[in-house]
Amino acid sequence: MAKCNIENKIRILRFHAGEMTQQELADKTGVSRQTIMAIEQGKYSPTLELAFRIARVFDTPVGEVFFYRND
Amino acid sequence: MGQKEKQVLVSLIASLIIIVFYSLWVFNRYIESNPEIINDLKFWGRSFIVLIPVAIIAQIVIHILFAIINKIVTDEDISDKDDERDKLIELKSLRVSYWVFIIGFMSAMGAVALGMELWVMFVTLIVSGFLSDLISSVVKIWYYRKGV
Repeated sequence: MAKCNIENKIRILRFHAGEMTQQELADKTGVSRQTIMAIEQGKYSPTLELAFRIARVFDTPVGEVFFYRND
Repeated sequence: MGQKEKQVLVSLIASLIIIVFYSLWVFNRYIESNPEIINDLKFWGRSFIVLIPVAIIAQIVIHILFAIINKIVTDEDISDKDDERDKLIELKSLRVSYWVFIIGFMSAMGAVALGMELWVMFVTLIVSGFLSDLISSVVKIWYYRKGV
């Protein structure tokens, strides 16, 4: 697989949201728990729409959730 | 192993079971008693026509059984909803599967062009169809495990 340069802070944001579970986030964004897990582990880069939906759950700008890492 | 991976694995095993049992059934019922039949167009036509509904029904039955067993063992319902990641994986595996089938189809036509017997073309077509399905499942599991 090509190395994914998009990283995210979903795990931290879930913690700050009262230890929100992956399943809760999945239900709020309309995807499966496996997809949330894959995003957190950097195994899948979400579409722009899903990225915005995730950011909206945490009431934060999308740039605060996802960021591009320059190697 | 995620739910989708399990479903793909069940499909893969179901495909294996279907092709093995169907081939054995066709061999024992028709080919063993009359080997000449393998060059009969009507025989191959009937074999293909029967294989398609048999494969579909068998896949449905196996998936229902899997859903029941899964519910008993894990107390989880099988979700039939695909999200964007599932759809992307489906598309990527479909692309690989098409290529495998196209190579098989070209090989089958090549066999005809080279003047080989009729059964070579049909067996190549069945094998390539089966392989494309099998490889599609393997590719899906690969993407679910390694990321997409």
